[in-house]
Amino acid sequence: MAMGSKFNIFDHELVPEHILLSKEEAEKVLMRLGVKCNQLPLIRSTDPAVRAIGAKPGDIVKIVRKSKTAGISIIYRYVIPS
Amino acid sequence: MSESYKRIKAIKFGVLSPDIIRKMSVTAIVTPDTYDEDGWPIEGGLMDRRLGIIEPSQRCATCGNRVGACPGHFGHVELARPVVHVGYVKIIYQLLRATCRRCGRLLIPQEDMERYKVLLEKYVKNWPELVDNLTSRILSKAIKTNECPHCNERQFKVKLEKPTTFYEETREGAIKLTPIEVRARLERIPDDDLKLIGIDPESARPEWMVLTVLPVPPVSVRPSITLESGVRSEDDLTHKLVDIIRINERLRENIEAGAPQLIIEDLWELLQYHVTTYFDNEVSGIPPARHRSGRPLRTLSQRLKGKEGRFRSNLSGKRVDFSARTVISPDPNLSINEVGVPEEIAKILTVPERVTQWNLEEMKKLVIRGPFNHPGANYIIRPDGRRIDLRYPKDLKAIAENLTPGYIVERHIRDGDIVLFNRQPSLHRMSIMAHRVKVLPYKTFRLNLCVCPPYNADFDGDEMNLHVPQSEEARAEARILMLVQEQILSPRYGGPIMGAIQDYITGAFLLTRKSTFLRRREVCRLLYNAGYTGPLPPPAIKYPEKLWTGKQLVSLFLPKDLNFAARSNICAKCDTCLEEDCPYDAYVSVKNGLLISGVLDKKLIGAGQPESLLHFIVKDYGSDAASHFIDNVFKLFLIYIDDYGFTMSLSDEDMPLEAKIRIDEVLKEAEIAVNRLIRSYREGELERLPGRTLEETLEMRIMEVLTDARDKAGNIAAEYLGMDNYAVVMAKTGARGNILNLTQMTAVIGQQSVRGERIIRGYKNRTLPHFKKGDIGAVARGFVYSSYKRGLNPLEFFFHAMGGREGLVDTAVRTSQSGYLQRRLMNALQDLKVEYDGTVRAPGGLVVQFKYGEDGVDPSRSDHGKPMNIDRIIRKVVMERRVE
Repeated sequence: MAMGSKFNIFDHELVPEHILLSKEEAEKVLMRLGVKCNQLPLIRSTDPAVRAIGAKPGDIVKIVRKSKTAGISIIYRYVIPS
Repeated sequence: MSESYKRIKAIKFGVLSPDIIRKMSVTAIVTPDTYDEDGWPIEGGLMDRRLGIIEPSQRCATCGNRVGACPGHFGHVELARPVVHVGYVKIIYQLLRATCRRCGRLLIPQEDMERYKVLLEKYVKNWPELVDNLTSRILSKAIKTNECPHCNERQFKVKLEKPTTFYEETREGAIKLTPIEVRARLERIPDDDLKLIGIDPESARPEWMVLTVLPVPPVSVRPSITLESGVRSEDDLTHKLVDIIRINERLRENIEAGAPQLIIEDLWELLQYHVTTYFDNEVSGIPPARHRSGRPLRTLSQRLKGKEGRFRSNLSGKRVDFSARTVISPDPNLSINEVGVPEEIAKILTVPERVTQWNLEEMKKLVIRGPFNHPGANYIIRPDGRRIDLRYPKDLKAIAENLTPGYIVERHIRDGDIVLFNRQPSLHRMSIMAHRVKVLPYKTFRLNLCVCPPYNADFDGDEMNLHVPQSEEARAEARILMLVQEQILSPRYGGPIMGAIQDYITGAFLLTRKSTFLRRREVCRLLYNAGYTGPLPPPAIKYPEKLWTGKQLVSLFLPKDLNFAARSNICAKCDTCLEEDCPYDAYVSVKNGLLISGVLDKKLIGAGQPESLLHFIVKDYGSDAASHFIDNVFKLFLIYIDDYGFTMSLSDEDMPLEAKIRIDEVLKEAEIAVNRLIRSYREGELERLPGRTLEETLEMRIMEVLTDARDKAGNIAAEYLGMDNYAVVMAKTGARGNILNLTQMTAVIGQQSVRGERIIRGYKNRTLPHFKKGDIGAVARGFVYSSYKRGLNPLEFFFHAMGGREGLVDTAVRTSQSGYLQRRLMNALQDLKVEYDGTVRAPGGLVVQFKYGEDGVDPSRSDHGKPMNIDRIIRKVVMERRVE
């Protein structure tokens, strides 16, 4: 999904994994956390990682990153236009 | 009295329109004078009685209320010519550049406008947080355009000359835009265009930012004060308003008289100056308006801004009742949960106590004792709400007899009451802790030494504050959450922040070391003072005399199922640890509550030492056990060191002649090495280190040689200083000081540095005129050969002072910088909260972290930041198996 170019930013070790959630998954996540989507941290639709996975404003992106304290930490971000 | 509560749904800020200003005004102010000869306020003057009153005897001419009830009423001044409001200059400037000079439309093509309008509506509905972003983008796009897409008018550059003058750079040159012209242009901007750049025309039409009418605040905002001499002194704001009205009237007269344009413009500018300084007297570009005495006036903006402003001084930080402040001093006999309160203070601070049938007699006694005898009372509150001051009635007995359940007695604080104790700067939550009161004689607050680290207190004149919670809920909350023993484990790092310091550590070492044997008398005295009531353990040595070891005494207080092992501070860090057979007795081993081997020192019981003996006692046995341990066992150490007679003197720095010779030799060698380096540098034989210049290489090599020499000299000195030297005992156990301090006292002070380099500043090519130009040897660059004991020669002393000064300056700079950083962090993070689901949320439910710290671990309940201490669990299991 790297938009035609052969460069894939996810190959870089400092770029954490971004996963686009489907509508149902997103709904489930919001239910579990008990939040509305605008209470999530935001991410721009122009963010290189967001572009790479093709998320659009209104989508929710799941980011899995390495954490010093917890090993792996999962966060969700709400895609906003810019 | 009926009360009604209303919920605030929203707050909206806007700009006052001239109409609103006139509507809320009770009178126009036309004369610059305040009072007439008889001292009565002049009608239509700044002190007009309709604006409200400040003297208690009068009634407001507008609302008829007296001082407390009259809220004050605004007046207004009709300005002869409009002036720009300084606070809005920036927005006006942007609007002038973003709109057409002729038709007033936003400089955005019509079709784009339609598009933006749709987009904006969508944003307002779906992404409210992005609206500001969009509007500012539209604005900056409009500013960049230089031909009006609506009427094709060419746009000229508008320049702002700070603070309030606008110029338009036309082809003929810069032309000044008068406030009238500015206002006219702002008036032409259509409402719909304003919405696109984020301005709500309903509440903030841009032309309102150019003042035609000036509101005059009520007198209660600017009260005049009458001095004892009877001279009236007006508030700074009144002075400023007088200036404005005076110039305004002159300007009006001149305009009416048809005075020359030049004079009118001068007066107009003067009016602009006065109105500007009335709002903000610290605007850059113009001199601040001054009082007759030369002091700058404190006008509207200054009243609100900064540390002494309304927000920080009066709203965020209010002064409170039921508080006390005095000097602190130590008292090792108090519990860590206690605070010693002087009787004088205890007689002023009170706690309201409701009279019930169960405490009636006690309360009666307190009332009879009255406000001047310590366990007494200062006030009683009758069931009807009347407050009776017990200072004045002659017959307190009669009052006490009237006491029935339902009365409230404001009794003196007494032993056991819960109070909050605080030392500024309150940098973390342990800066305010709850203590139990202990009323004591003399005039200082007394506290246990183990609570010094959390407060960062010492006794060189520190003062602390004390607050008395007045409600049962507040007291319960303080006792359960804020009591000192609940704060032993710091959330800053996983470990106890309270613990042994200084003499406690030395005492613990002296008591628990192998050579300590105690006679029965001594054992009994120590144990009695530590509150031990059980039987004596069997003595370690039975013949010729019964003797006990210090370890035995400490063991009596350890939990019976405690198993623990660690290395103490005196550990020599051998390659292979002999553990319990350690020649230095540095391997601490506790088995089933018995201290088998090892001495107790900083690593085991010190303040701020994670994974120490103290830490695990707090963690595994709870705060009650911990406070009991600190209160009792630590007393043992102090009494022992008292009896032992621990002291340090100048002779502790004595070195045998042999040592002196060896040290001198080392230093001489170093000097030769330095000179050799310098020679090879001069002859160009020095090898450059990678990434360094030749000079840097030389400096580094020299530093290396000299540090090495100092370390060597230090080691030689250390050879001659053994554990029989009390300074060494303190350094090794971690009680105070370190080995470097000792070597500096006994052997050599070493290189002095400024900014991490040897000392190079001073004269041209040399540090002091005593040296040849270009001398870069050790002495000329601040190496101090002397020891503190031997004393420094004048040159060395000077270099030492240079290095010392840098240290002082650094601390001064660091404290102010870190203080500001702390303030900003606090303001940014103060509303964050960990919810029950483990997420960290900002107000409005915004998720900041999906799990606190990403792992959901409370650092104060963790082991040095880690959720689990596997090593310890394994050791524990192994120990238990062994016991079985």
